[in-house]
Formats: sequence, structure tokens, C-alpha cells
Amino acid sequence: MIEIHNLSKHFGAIRAVDGVSFKVERGTVLGFLGPNGAGKSTTMKMLTGFLHPSGGTAQVCGFDVREQPLEAKRCVGYLPEGAPLYPDMTPAAFLDFVAGIRGLSGERKRTRIAEVVAEVNLQSVMHQRIETLSKGFKRRVGLAQAILHDPQVLVLDEPTDGLDPNQKHEVRSLIRSMAKDKVIVLSTHILEEVEAVCTRVMIIARGKVVIDCTPSELASRSRWHNAVTLRVPASGAEKVAEKVRSLADVESVERLDGAGGLVSFLITPVKHRNIAAEIGARARAEGWEVDELRVEHGRLDEVFRELTLSKAS
Amino acid sequence: MKNSNLKNIAILFRRELAGYFATPVAYVFIVIFLLLSGILTFNQAGFYERGQADLAPFFTWHPWMYLFLIPAISMRLWAEERKQGTIELLMTLPVTMGQAVVSKFLAAWAFAGIALGLTFPMWLTVNYLGEPDNGVILAGYLGSFLMAGGYLAIGASVSALTKNQVIAFVISVMLCFLFILAGFPTVLDFFSAWASPLVLDTIASFSFLTHFNDIMRGVIDARDLVFFASLIGCFLLANAIVVELKKAD
Repeated sequence: MIEIHNLSKHFGAIRAVDGVSFKVERGTVLGFLGPNGAGKSTTMKMLTGFLHPSGGTAQVCGFDVREQPLEAKRCVGYLPEGAPLYPDMTPAAFLDFVAGIRGLSGERKRTRIAEVVAEVNLQSVMHQRIETLSKGFKRRVGLAQAILHDPQVLVLDEPTDGLDPNQKHEVRSLIRSMAKDKVIVLSTHILEEVEAVCTRVMIIARGKVVIDCTPSELASRSRWHNAVTLRVPASGAEKVAEKVRSLADVESVERLDGAGGLVSFLITPVKHRNIAAEIGARARAEGWEVDELRVEHGRLDEVFRELTLSKAS
Repeated sequence: MKNSNLKNIAILFRRELAGYFATPVAYVFIVIFLLLSGILTFNQAGFYERGQADLAPFFTWHPWMYLFLIPAISMRLWAEERKQGTIELLMTLPVTMGQAVVSKFLAAWAFAGIALGLTFPMWLTVNYLGEPDNGVILAGYLGSFLMAGGYLAIGASVSALTKNQVIAFVISVMLCFLFILAGFPTVLDFFSAWASPLVLDTIASFSFLTHFNDIMRGVIDARDLVFFASLIGCFLLANAIVVELKKAD
């Protein structure tokens, strides 16, 4: 439903977006990851018709954003970065305004606003001026505005930025609940968010796509994918470490900080092989006093740093 | 298509006009406008002393009052949208640039019209005291309203240039002042010494004063109407272009 081909945007000599191409199909939650200034927001602004591309094409629901901007805008819901809203309006007046522009009227408008307001939990503040609302409520007003016309494509620029953990959780559940029959594109620099809601992840750095895969594939690129954390009492720790080191698929054993008479080791396998089972079996057979044995899925922040920094130099 | 055009303009217009009354700005503006027009008419223009039943002393001050008051209405039109970032919201809704520009302008114009309409006690007074030519008074109101539209169109396009309302205000005042100055006797005298009458007429024809004074006398000439209409048209076109160029800054 989204088709972007060789899209680019220059601001003077700066190439904010430099030849980005991708396609997204219904049911996908695509997460844009990238350092600040990487071109995530600019790409979204072109996708939603706010900025004109310097080159390339962007199609939403089959409409080119430049050739048929109104048709494209009709099938997109957009939450701009920072969720800008008219501070003097109440959520009730604001949502009524957006619904009108989105072509809803009469009974349909009333029921749809009521539905969305219930979905994002805005009932209690409908008649307060937006400028007096907390950040969490403002964000919800922004989300309500974006989903009011039940768009096929939803573009959310940092939807959970600045929210507290409970609010983040709410927004993520909302996104997941809508994901089934829509295309959702969101940008974030919170890596856990990618794992929590996205089915596909794209890392953008310096205006280019550096990787496009699923969150688990991304994690598997981590040095620590399938590594094992083992915590044992300090007394027999060195002996255990020695034995682990002698296992066939173990690349290295790193001693981490210990506390309360316990010591942790990070055991990295050769070529991401699965070593947890073997270590577990050995522990049982030899009667190690194991406090904790945990498999690492990989660290997204490490992959993120590696991908965005190495391409930058 | 035509229908949805009007519908969008109506919805945007309503939001915009309600925006004036959502804050004290509208009330402060109206009170000051009424106070000023009263003081200027009675104290400065000698409404009673003239002993004539007309509203000329009232209308004479309008170009000068508008010079400061109209940019105060127009300064927030686009500067505020850009500062709050709501322009991104507005421009990604399915509305065209033309609809956005026109509805914002119309809302500001309607607001100015409300303020102007509230000076009706002035009209009642003059009718109570004497027997004025109400046709001339009506023409005066029409001319004043058209002139307000001209000031607003200039102010709206300046407002799109900056995120700062104060800057928008100051530049609008300066630009509007040029449009008054062009018809000022001292300015025209300065040119009349050496410029050909054609040049002189061209300069004078750009002035709000020239056209407003014509209409105020009760002569509604098509040329004056065309002047204000094309001025508004040109500046709204400039407004749309400026918004397009600057919206992403």
C-alpha cells in the first residue's frame, strides 16, 4: 500500500533523504530506526504530502503524493513529530474540526468521534483547552486525530516520545490492536519499542536505508545473539568458567560484575550457535550450583550502534 | 468538487473565526477599536464642531487606525501555525493550499467586519442628530471594509514569512504604511515637481487613501473596487507561494 522509489530530499547541499526505496503491505508495522537527523522524519513528511520530494516517487494506496495529493492524504492518518495541536481548542472542538475536514458529518461523525475518544481514553478531558492538558493526553489527542477517519495507512512520528512507561504501554497496545488491517509506519529511537510492536524494521542513517529486516533478524546480527549468561556462586566460579571454556562451540567467556557472593559470566558462542542446552546439560551432570542461566537474543542497541556508526565513517 | 471546496473552506473558516474568540484577543481588539474610533471621531476630527450630519470625521481615521490594528489581527494567521507546528497538521489534511489561504483570510476579514459593524452607534448618533445621506455612509462602511481586506491580505502574506508574530506585525505595518503614503499629498507633491502626470497617477493609484476617499464620498467606482479586489487577490497569491516555500523551515 506504500510504494517508495528512489525518494530523495535535499535542503541546499544537505541530502536529508538520499535514494530511499521500499514497499510496505497491509498488516505490516514498519519501524523506522535511526539516529537523530538521519532522515526518518523527512521521509515521513514526504510520504504524508507535507514536503515535496526532490527526486523519486512516493505512492500511498496507489496515489502518487505529488500527482494526486488530496487522494493520497485522504487515505493517510498522520501524527507529526511532537504531536502539534491548536492550543486554544478543546479536544472536542478539535476532533470535530478534523472529522469535518475528513468528510465525516452528522450521526456518523458523532459516533466515530465517540468511538475514537473511547479507544484512546480522552473522555475526561474533552472540554478542557488542549494547552492545559498533560503531555500524555496531548499525544492521545494527536493519535485520535490521526485515526479518526480509519485510514488505511497510519504514519506516526515518534508516537511514544516523552511519555511515561504506562502511557507508552497504552500507545503500543493501541498500535498493535490496529495493525491487522492497516499499514503502520512509525519512527522511534527506542529499541525496545521495535521489538514490542514492529513486524519489520528499517534502520536509516545519513538518508539511506542501511538495513531492512524483521526485529528478530536484526537481533540475530548482534554479537551476543544466542550468548548465554550464567550466574554461579563466587566460590566455585573459576572452576565452572574453566569447564565452560573447554566446550567445543564456546568462543569466549567474559566475567561480569558479581554481587552478593555470586558471579556472572557472559558466554559467547562460535557463529551464534546454540550452546545453552549443552551448558545446561553439563551443569546438571556435574552438579554446578547454578543461580541463573539465560539465553541472550541479541542486543538491538549494539546492532544499532554498529550499523549507524560504521556507515557514517 | 466545487461543493467539497466550499465545505472545506466553511469548516476551516469556522475553526479560524472561533479561534479569535477562544482567547481574550478578540474582545481586547474590539474594545480598543471602538474606543479609538470614538476618541478620534469626537476629539480629533471635531464631529460636533463641523455641524454636518455625516460620518466623514469617523471614516477619515480608518486608514490610520487600520495601519496598527489590522496587522495585529493578521500577524498570527500563519506565524502561529508555523510556530506551533500545526501547519504540518493542516497541510497533511486533505485540503488544498488555496482553501487554507482563502479561509484564513476570510475569517480574519469577517472578524474585522464584526469590529467595524459594532461601530453602528456612530451611525445611530448621526441619524439622531441630523439627516445624513445614509447612502454615503453605507458607501463609507463598504470602503472601510474593503480597505480592511487590503490591509489583511498584506498582513497575511507577511505573517507567512516568519514564525515570530512581532516581526510579522512590524513588517506589515511598514508595508501597509507604504500603501497609504503613496497617496499622501506631500509625497505626490514631491513627485509632481518632475514626474509626468502618468507616473503621478500610477503612484497615487496604489494608495489606499486615494481609493478609500473616493468611495467615502459616496462614489462607488468600478476602478476602486477592482483595485481592492486585485490587491487582495495578488497578496493572497503571494501568501500561498510564501507558505509553500517556508512551511518546512
